[in-house]
Amino acid sequence: MKTVILLFLEFMKIGFVAVGGGPATLPYLMELTEKYDWYTMEDLTNMIAVSESTPGPLGLNMATYAGYKTLGLFGGIVSTAGLVIPSIIVICLIARFLENFNENKYVKGAFAAIRPAVVAIIAASVYRVCKVSMFAESNGSYTPYPKLLVLCVIVFALLQVKKLQKYHPALWLLFAVIVGIVFRF
Amino acid sequence: MKIYWQLFCAFFRIGGLTFGGGLAQLPMLKFEIVQKYHWMDEEELLDVYAIGQCTPGIIAINTATYVGYKKAGVPGGIVATIGMVMPSLIIITLAAAILQAIIDNVWVQHAIMGIRAVVCALMLNTVLTMGRKTLKNHFAYVICALAFLPAFFTKTPTLVIVVAAALIGIIWYVVIRGGETK
Repeated sequence: MKTVILLFLEFMKIGFVAVGGGPATLPYLMELTEKYDWYTMEDLTNMIAVSESTPGPLGLNMATYAGYKTLGLFGGIVSTAGLVIPSIIVICLIARFLENFNENKYVKGAFAAIRPAVVAIIAASVYRVCKVSMFAESNGSYTPYPKLLVLCVIVFALLQVKKLQKYHPALWLLFAVIVGIVFRF
Repeated sequence: MKIYWQLFCAFFRIGGLTFGGGLAQLPMLKFEIVQKYHWMDEEELLDVYAIGQCTPGIIAINTATYVGYKKAGVPGGIVATIGMVMPSLIIITLAAAILQAIIDNVWVQHAIMGIRAVVCALMLNTVLTMGRKTLKNHFAYVICALAFLPAFFTKTPTLVIVVAAALIGIIWYVVIRGGETK
């Protein structure tokens, strides 16, 4: 019961504070791996992969997955409810009372700084995801898996080619599955 | 009563048929909300979208709540949001259950290692794209660098960094620059 309440409250907190949509929830999801043993950093990589290759908003999918990992189907419902309740409250208030919310100079000023800060925070989180995903850890020292590094660099380079940018992330992940199996990663 | 059912169905379709959320949903939103049901015109939809981006939470959820609220008050906002959430809940629960059942298989393990590498590439690319879109002036670069230091080297809670950035933004643009965000 205690976990249910904590799960709900933690995701409600994320719903209130994660500015910048789906990817912006990543740093908070990462903080949860340090605070509780609901899921691990490795689980987080699977969560991102599944969430990117299924329909629905990324942030919502990751929250549902994290809840599912913690407490099964019921956990998924609890974390999702926690995540969306702040949106319902905040948006209904804004729609009712602040018609020109996004034109307000304080809001504009704050967001002009929040957006670049969020990019930096996400960059730091992505670094941590990469470290856990592509390096084997033993006693605090990290050894890379060479095949994974090579694949990551190749796909990242391909993603910079304009013509290839229109392909859906799910296709890249399918490519990953094939390469992983063929080359016995 | 009919409007609630329509809101639920429209957002269920949007949630279940679009990948990625946020910007990726705009064409689908336009189709359902502007062309099919005439709940809003295109300009209003873009306003809603802008508000969804500068409020906390998942952008897609914020948009659903706003449209639902405008059409049918608080119950409308709740119904639209539930519609948006349902497909994710169903699909992710199934996907997670399947993955859990097969994860110990050696071939699945090979596949997952491959996926890990590509997830890293995709996330790095997301950061790069977000950076290109966001870092458009010197102020943005300075804030990004200042936020990176505690985010990377310390365990400062994310919320603390975001609030500090918001305060700096207000001080710089409202107090020092007199409301000019250009």
